[in-house]
Amino acid sequence: MREPKIIVVGGGLAGLMATIRVAEAGVPVELFSIVPVKRSHSVCAQGGINAAKNTKGEGDSTDKHFDDTIYGGDFLANQPLVKRMCEAAPGIIDLLDRMGVMFNRTTEGLLDYRRFGGTLYHRTAFAGATTGQQLLYALDEQVRRYEADGKVNKFEGWTFLSAVIDDGGICRGICAMDMRSTEVKTFPADAAIFCTGGIGAIFGLSTNSVVCTGSAQSALFQQGVDYANGEFIQVHPTAIPGEDKLRLMSESARGEGGRIWVPRKPGDTRPPNSILESERFYFLEEWYPKYGNLVPRDIATRAIHRVVFQEKLGIHGQAAVYLDLTHIPREVLDRKLEGILEIYEKFLGINPRKEPMKVFPGMHYAMGGVWVNNEDQATNVPGIYAAGECEYQYHGANRLGANSLVSCIFGGGIAGPAAVKYARGLAQGCESTPASAFERERKRQAAMNEALIRQEGGENPIAIWRAMGELMTEHVTVTRYNKNLQQVDAKLRELTDRFRRINLSDHTLWSNQTLNFARELGNMLVLARVITLGALARNESRGAHYKPDFPERDDANWLKTTRANYSNGEIKLTYEPVDTSLIPPRPRRYDVAR
Amino acid sequence: MGETKKVILRVKRQAGPKHAPRWEEFALNWRPAMNVIICLRDIAENPVTRDGKKTTPVTYESNCLEEVCGSCAMLINGKARMACSALVDSLPQPIRLEPLSKFPVVRDLAVDRSFMFESLKRVKAWIPIDGTYDLGEGPRMAPETQEQAYPLSRCISCGNCLEVCPQVNENNAFVGAAIISQVRLFNMHPTGAMHARERLEALMGPGGIADCANAQNCVKACPKEIPLTESIAEMNRQAWKQALLGWLFG
Ligand SMILES: Cc1cc2nc3c(=O)[nH]c(=O)nc-3n(C[C@H](O)[C@H](O)[C@H](O)COP(=O)(O)OP(=O)(O)OC[C@H]3O[C@@H](n4cnc5c(N)ncnc54)[C@H](O)[C@@H]3O)c2cc1C
Ligand code: SF4
Ligand code: FES
Repeated sequence: MREPKIIVVGGGLAGLMATIRVAEAGVPVELFSIVPVKRSHSVCAQGGINAAKNTKGEGDSTDKHFDDTIYGGDFLANQPLVKRMCEAAPGIIDLLDRMGVMFNRTTEGLLDYRRFGGTLYHRTAFAGATTGQQLLYALDEQVRRYEADGKVNKFEGWTFLSAVIDDGGICRGICAMDMRSTEVKTFPADAAIFCTGGIGAIFGLSTNSVVCTGSAQSALFQQGVDYANGEFIQVHPTAIPGEDKLRLMSESARGEGGRIWVPRKPGDTRPPNSILESERFYFLEEWYPKYGNLVPRDIATRAIHRVVFQEKLGIHGQAAVYLDLTHIPREVLDRKLEGILEIYEKFLGINPRKEPMKVFPGMHYAMGGVWVNNEDQATNVPGIYAAGECEYQYHGANRLGANSLVSCIFGGGIAGPAAVKYARGLAQGCESTPASAFERERKRQAAMNEALIRQEGGENPIAIWRAMGELMTEHVTVTRYNKNLQQVDAKLRELTDRFRRINLSDHTLWSNQTLNFARELGNMLVLARVITLGALARNESRGAHYKPDFPERDDANWLKTTRANYSNGEIKLTYEPVDTSLIPPRPRRYDVAR
Repeated sequence: MGETKKVILRVKRQAGPKHAPRWEEFALNWRPAMNVIICLRDIAENPVTRDGKKTTPVTYESNCLEEVCGSCAMLINGKARMACSALVDSLPQPIRLEPLSKFPVVRDLAVDRSFMFESLKRVKAWIPIDGTYDLGEGPRMAPETQEQAYPLSRCISCGNCLEVCPQVNENNAFVGAAIISQVRLFNMHPTGAMHARERLEALMGPGGIADCANAQNCVKACPKEIPLTESIAEMNRQAWKQALLGWLFG
């Protein structure tokens, strides 16, 4: 029997898990990543990972986790796969525990769990406030073990440019660029699994890492891989405003008892610690007594916008509210939240143990992503799989906190074996694909690079990126109006025209980061339009997607998945039904008990 | 309004591994809460030196921008530290940026730190699990053990501890404090402890723990405040014990 070969693009949690599973099946893997995989964005995840282990006698169960996830996602997620994920979650925690993740412990030496948004149970396992880092390292170490055994071959510092798709429409490998030498090369494979993470950079500023541009997803989209529910963008309620990044203040701060408030008096200029309890407006607790500060993110974000923009109660008249931890014992803060408190202290020079933090919502997560089937993470192009934040499957219209890490590991864990099965079942492997198919793709990509390098226009890529980010943040995040969305689309087309006239200001061929950024920018502009057009079309409000002109969820017309496809340079939206076979949709309300 | 306040930056440029380095100076508009990465982005948006000469954007590594990915280590005013958390207002000007000197330069401020990842392989820095199948829960662990191990597990492989170590140099393949501390971490884990010997053997080989000359610079340079000297002392103890046992029973 021939030995198949599999490529994984992306080495965050999803990509590493997929890699481990493929290697475990005895199939060699080539793993591609822009950054050394240990530096992937997953290290930023702070708060934790969900699994209904029910260790606190609360009567939690995987069914309740499933229900919270579906309800939190406003019924837009296909249910069977989400159910499987919630059932698998406790086993995933066990596996991570066996891999040596330094989860926080109880006095009995068991794993400790904290509360997170959108649930009433202690369901979130955590390792201090750097859970993502700890999980990523555990998987990274397992992959390194396979690498030392010769089963995994890493291509770190390579960026994916495009898939190699043969005349029959089947993926036969990828085309990638060595970011040092700028060499463009093709790599044959029987299947490729994409785990390229988030898309924060499309919004200019976000809580995401620098390489989270969605460029790979967009490149695939432009080659015929569909993209689903692009319009669902999660804005996290509590981020620290910043010029380079909106640094997240994890929901775990509220899970451990943190409270959100503003002074009741507009424009109150007193320092926060001298404002009396009775003069503080704990608006989440007043508006949502049952969930209080732990309402889902879309709800908390809109509440903060309302308090700041409509009621004009932002701190000192600015776009900010307090996230207050000062009432929590220091010892608890240091043991459970140190990692994030350190961030606030380091970047602002203020000690959040003593003074309430100033926070504001920031773009955080893409619920939408590469379209995959309801079974095994396969896309609509044979041989292409996707897992992790880059795909759309698990979170519906709004993701619950601490559910992403589990979906990444679960999705990566099924994509790996699925790709192996597919590859083993192929009548003809990639070795029988004519060399010309690879050479054609390589030439096409190399030509794009050469054109960019040579080009002498007057436009600066960073300036275009900033303009795109501002447009998207202003009009395509928390509150959306059709008139504005139409204008955004027109402006994105203008920016695309300007993009054609960019000048890299670095015309060299060694470690040219501007070249890579320009490639990413071109792709971001396309995905920005997919998001905008999806939002424009969806005339309802659901989860993170909110239109004041259509304030209600409209199941009769919009309980359906947006599926974008691309042909001849045009973006087309089609819709498909959501599988709601397990939990009948019901209204989603957090102000009263369910 | 007076003239806008400026930030003066001197950057050591190097077009490639074999090119000679040169210095360039930039004057950027000051804003509140600026860090070194923001400065480098300003340059990328308008790559013009202080004396008005066109140049190229500076190549550097970054990703998380919150000091948890380990990408952006460089020499800032001669000190090894993370650029994303280096706030301009806390730095005397002109701010000097140079690549780490103990690793090969790729271009400008970007260096090749694959040596560190290779070292992790050498010392088998992992828990050798039987497989990803459902084999039940992991071993129980006392909260105190977790509290001791967790800080060690926060190493971001930035390389600062190698940069400041006099024993890390061209004539010496010393793995450095980070790796020694990782061995301690894995030897502390109940499952990892079953294979402590293998890791210790690797650490007792060439470039291993015996090369540490106890300069104690590492612990001061670590952005994650990992107790590196404590780790080295502990691993020395473990290594001696193993050597002694080998000598007695070997
Ligand atoms: C600040 C922050 C905190 C968070 N906290 C939590 C939390 O507490 N709990 C939770 O559940 N979720 C959390 N999330 C969400 C979660 O961290 C992410 O959704 C998740 O880590 C994504 O993992 P991933 O494997 O899909 O992608 P990533 O970890 O982003 O990895 C993507 C990989 O793809 C590679 N890549 C990208 N493009 C290319 C290309 N073109 N070519 C080659 N390689 C490429 C990158 O190098 C990287 O290796 C948080 C997110 C943020 C921003
Ligand atoms: S031990 Fe500290 S200084 Fe050394 S690589 Fe790790 S984080 Fe960096
Ligand atoms: S960019 Fe990640 S540590 Fe600085």
